[in-house]
Amino acid sequence: MISYVANRAIQFVLALIVASVVVFALMSILPGNAAQVALGTNATPEAVAALEAQYGLDQPPLIRYFDWVGGMLAGDFGTSYVTGAPITPVILASVQVTGILVIAAIILAIVIAVPLGTFAALEQRNWIGVTISALSQIGIAVPNFLAAIILVIVFSLTLGWFPSQGWMAPVEGLGGFLIRLVLPVVSLALVQAAILTRYMRSAVLDVMREDYIRTARAKGLTRTKALFVHGLRNAAIPVITVAGVQLATLLVGAVIIEQIFVIPGIGSELVRSVANRDLVTVQGIVMVLVLLVLVINFIVDVLYPIVDPRIRNAS
Amino acid sequence: MSENPSTTSAGEASVDRRRRTKLRLNSSMIIGGVLILLIVALALVSFIWTPYGPSAVDPVARLRPSSPEHLFGTDRFGRDTLTWIMYGARITLMVGIVAVGIAVLIGTPIGIVAAVFAQYPWGTWLGAVIMRANDILLAFPALLLAIVFAAVYQPGTGPAMVAVGIAAIPGFARVARSGTMQVLGSEYVRAARASNRSVPAIAIVHVLPNIASMVIVQASVAFAISVLAEAGLSFLGLGTQAPVPSWGRMLQESQQFLSTQPELALWPGLFIALAVLGFNLLGDGLRDRFDPKMEARGNG
Repeated sequence: MISYVANRAIQFVLALIVASVVVFALMSILPGNAAQVALGTNATPEAVAALEAQYGLDQPPLIRYFDWVGGMLAGDFGTSYVTGAPITPVILASVQVTGILVIAAIILAIVIAVPLGTFAALEQRNWIGVTISALSQIGIAVPNFLAAIILVIVFSLTLGWFPSQGWMAPVEGLGGFLIRLVLPVVSLALVQAAILTRYMRSAVLDVMREDYIRTARAKGLTRTKALFVHGLRNAAIPVITVAGVQLATLLVGAVIIEQIFVIPGIGSELVRSVANRDLVTVQGIVMVLVLLVLVINFIVDVLYPIVDPRIRNAS
Repeated sequence: MSENPSTTSAGEASVDRRRRTKLRLNSSMIIGGVLILLIVALALVSFIWTPYGPSAVDPVARLRPSSPEHLFGTDRFGRDTLTWIMYGARITLMVGIVAVGIAVLIGTPIGIVAAVFAQYPWGTWLGAVIMRANDILLAFPALLLAIVFAAVYQPGTGPAMVAVGIAAIPGFARVARSGTMQVLGSEYVRAARASNRSVPAIAIVHVLPNIASMVIVQASVAFAISVLAEAGLSFLGLGTQAPVPSWGRMLQESQQFLSTQPELALWPGLFIALAVLGFNLLGDGLRDRFDPKMEARGNG
């Protein structure tokens, strides 16, 4: 178990190093010059050279890479060439907002999907089971930004239940925070719930065919009771993996949802930095997002043997 | 997989092959296929005929709902929405074809090579390194990579296609690797190796035909992802640029008229969803068909 976790941790660190090199190379070497990009194509060579010198861009790439990584390890993502302001506070503030959105969305998705998927599996041959399966198939095809627009039309513009956009920090007022949270979180959660429902359904179907369920049934348990007592823990294993992958998907999917609902999350910062040609900020935000994706994958890898003793014993 | 010959005797394998050549359709394949054909037809017809020109504006008929003159209504300039949907189908399909093409052509050989390396004592670590690199690429989702490309290069359809294609490589590499591993471990391949055929030669003769079905399923799924990524990117203004019609941008532009003319959001949204649904269903249907075990289980 310990060697398994250590092995995963080494892989995680290696992946992080390679990813940082990839991000740095994409942003700093391929396009030629971040200062040129920041100032636009009409900038004079003198202005570009001045900006380069100011931010150390005239240094060789290797030195700039280690400066960047060293800064990040010390919690400093550098200074924006465009606004001249430090990047770290911007990232910290916005990543919290996105974190709230994404975690609320995955919890909602799980709360919807686990009972629905279980029900769809138990009622497999019934019209209810078939309807749930069909609905989840359609739900997967609806991109979150389309779900958001439909929700805004129905629940905000027509019924007037929720505001169509905006954000309020929890400390500014819990009611205002919650009411603005509903539509973005539901738009993010619906698609993921649809995907998760399908995985839950097939996981439960798999489990129901296991010998231990047949044994439990032979001992007189009902189908539902056998599933709840013996099956659900095993059905949870593939679902946890999928939920982890979805958490990573949600992080990136939140970019669009934040735009629609004008939420100051990390996605909004990313899109604004791209529009401002602010490559250093883009580089920092992309690295944070990749780090979060890798951390989520690592946690899923480590959780896996805890949920499934077979893997624990095998390693 | 049903095609895994190691679990079937020679006689069963030939029965399996006969069954495979006969095209058995299931409902997922039919519905998915019809939806995809509809979108392909829209794109093809747009080259010959559209109700109006893509840039034809009608100032007196702005933001109109559906009518006999404008079947899907008009936008804020009085442009015909159906015309724009038809032109948008072209971009959607083009991005999907190029992105999936890139991913198939790069990802599949990577997976096969990684599996072949793993057959040699000297190549085990190399195969492992290839797959680790592949896993790292998985940390860059399609939309994120496309946003990075839009930041580094100018936002546009080209960088979007390439970025989505690169992000889809790991999926194909994984599928190709596990398929190749299965084939190389099978009895008839061991027999071929016993008669001194080299592993690369076996890979070409036996592996490619046997993993084709898995790659096709993966292609269908990747196509759905690329439709979503292009729409999302254009929605952010970082994909296909004006004045080229794109469903994602139509949806984005509809946002300021949601309270007055929600139909503007309906049509591009509907077609994005239909395209994704079509490719997802086709992928599911093909997977069931190539793997009858899944079908019997009632998955899908």
